[in-house]
Amino acid sequence: MTLFLAHRLGLVLITFFGITVFAFALIHLIPGDPVMLMFGERNVDPAQLADLRAQLGIDRPMIVQYGLYVWRALHGDLGTSLATHDSVMDEFLTHFPATVELAVSAMLLAVLIGVPLGIIAALFRGSTTDYSVMGIALTGYSMPIFWWAILLILLFSVTLGLTPVSGRIDIAYDIQPVTGFMLIDSLLSEDSGAFRSALSHLILPAVALGTIPLAVIARMTRSAMLEVLSEDYVRTARAKGLSPLRVVGLHALRNALIPVITVVGLQVGSLFGGAVLTETIFAWPGVGSWLIHGIARRDYPVLQGGILMVATIVILVNLTVDLLAGLVNPRLRHRR
Amino acid sequence: MSASNLARAPDARFADLRRHFLASRGGTLGLGLVTLLILAAAFAPLLAPYGPYEQMRQAILHAPGGGFPLGTDDVGRDVLSRLLYGARLSLSIGAVVVSLSFVTGTLLGLVAGFAGGIVDALVMRLMDIMLALPTLLLAIAVVAVLGPGLANAMLAVSIVQLPGFVRLTRAAVQVELGKDYVAASRMAGARRARMMFLTVLPNCLAPLIVQASLGYSTAILDTAALGFLGLGAQPPTPEWGTMLADALQFVQSAWWVVTFPGLAILLTVLGFNLVGDGLRDALDPRLKVG
Repeated sequence: MTLFLAHRLGLVLITFFGITVFAFALIHLIPGDPVMLMFGERNVDPAQLADLRAQLGIDRPMIVQYGLYVWRALHGDLGTSLATHDSVMDEFLTHFPATVELAVSAMLLAVLIGVPLGIIAALFRGSTTDYSVMGIALTGYSMPIFWWAILLILLFSVTLGLTPVSGRIDIAYDIQPVTGFMLIDSLLSEDSGAFRSALSHLILPAVALGTIPLAVIARMTRSAMLEVLSEDYVRTARAKGLSPLRVVGLHALRNALIPVITVVGLQVGSLFGGAVLTETIFAWPGVGSWLIHGIARRDYPVLQGGILMVATIVILVNLTVDLLAGLVNPRLRHRR
Repeated sequence: MSASNLARAPDARFADLRRHFLASRGGTLGLGLVTLLILAAAFAPLLAPYGPYEQMRQAILHAPGGGFPLGTDDVGRDVLSRLLYGARLSLSIGAVVVSLSFVTGTLLGLVAGFAGGIVDALVMRLMDIMLALPTLLLAIAVVAVLGPGLANAMLAVSIVQLPGFVRLTRAAVQVELGKDYVAASRMAGARRARMMFLTVLPNCLAPLIVQASLGYSTAILDTAALGFLGLGAQPPTPEWGTMLADALQFVQSAWWVVTFPGLAILLTVLGFNLVGDGLRDALDPRLKVG
């Protein structure tokens, strides 16, 4: 286990190093002088520019600049937004809980619906039920979620008037951010209307974002379940006369869920990608829409910092999943 | 692919593949969808009632019907005509993106697999780094560097797809390198380039073909997403994602301008995914999901 752990940690460090190089290079690859971008004006005093260059360390050799960049990033300093002049780290931390709330709700939906669907499809393999479930799953998997989100708005918000179109909560409620998670904060406010409002704002974005993971999980659960159901120990359990519920629910499901858990972890990365689209459409004030605004405003420190943070989180989640999988399944530990 | 399969003549293998593929309902359905799409793209000038940029000022946001089967958009362009011409664009996007990443990815994978050691480690770590970023986010970052536009979006998406091809090729190469026929070819004095491209590569193609088919759908989806975010094809190009972004402000008043472009994307992506699934099942029954 120690060797496995060391190997994994080594790979993670290399990947993290690569990501910092990428994020650092991003600013320098973008056409245009970073200092000029910051000023955004044409007739600046050259002396003033030189001052700013020195102050930012842009006049120093590239390798020193990179070292400084990593040093600051490790201390939580990701620079200043060109548009708002606020710290990029602070801005990220303000937007992050909204994305986590959305992503966790989406993943919950995906698991709670996807796993049972996959089990049902596996149990009734080859039946109409199986084909319809898998057909729906493949459609979900092929779904352009930016369009799916619009369709949901068209149906539930515009036509039926059931849910709001954008934001996290009705502006009538003034919720104090305690945890940053609107569902929890609105519960803490002890105003039942606030919680309902927060929930109705969350539901459509969560469905839109959860669709692709749901499809992936349903497909994965089905194939894992089919594999497990053909194992000897399942046949033994059946032969012992255990009830089908016990065989499937206890013996088969436990082992079938291991690959599913891995898939759930690996979906975290694509959730961030999907969040960019979902948040943009629903005006959800999370990391994704923050990044897109940053690009539209040519606010490169925001893009740079955001990418570094998202990549770091994805790396850490993948590492956790890897280690958990290794813990659950010893066979993985000894495979390099 | 099993050993007995390999021993048979190539056309017998192909017949086998075709039989297995056509036996899967999904694969056949997907092939049908893709064929329809190709026909629509090929005959777009004949099928489209109007030009993709032709503006009918007297029919702005005209509902479907009355000479406009799928309605018109906010400047009076026929939606059906734009979708048909957009099919040409989407098919080309998929073809270019997949070719780029297929060729580059296979090459990198072959080199990594054959060279081993430090070269292998370097290539694979680079792929790890690319995989650490969500694909759409990496594509967005690349477009931010290159500047928005269809060509840059396609380049970004093909970069994003690289790791899949590299990893698959390398894994397949490593399996093949341990086999007897490779040792025999090496002892017969085959040069490295010959070994790579003529001896080993053909036997690694099965998973790569599946990946290419699935990559085709991802390419169309991601490029449309970039177009939707304003980072891909720019208006008035009839690219489906860009059309959707243009139409977003009319969600409440004109459902047709947002419904049909998305439906076109969905059916196309679904078609290529079905073909990919069907091919995987036909090429490698062991991978068969059910």
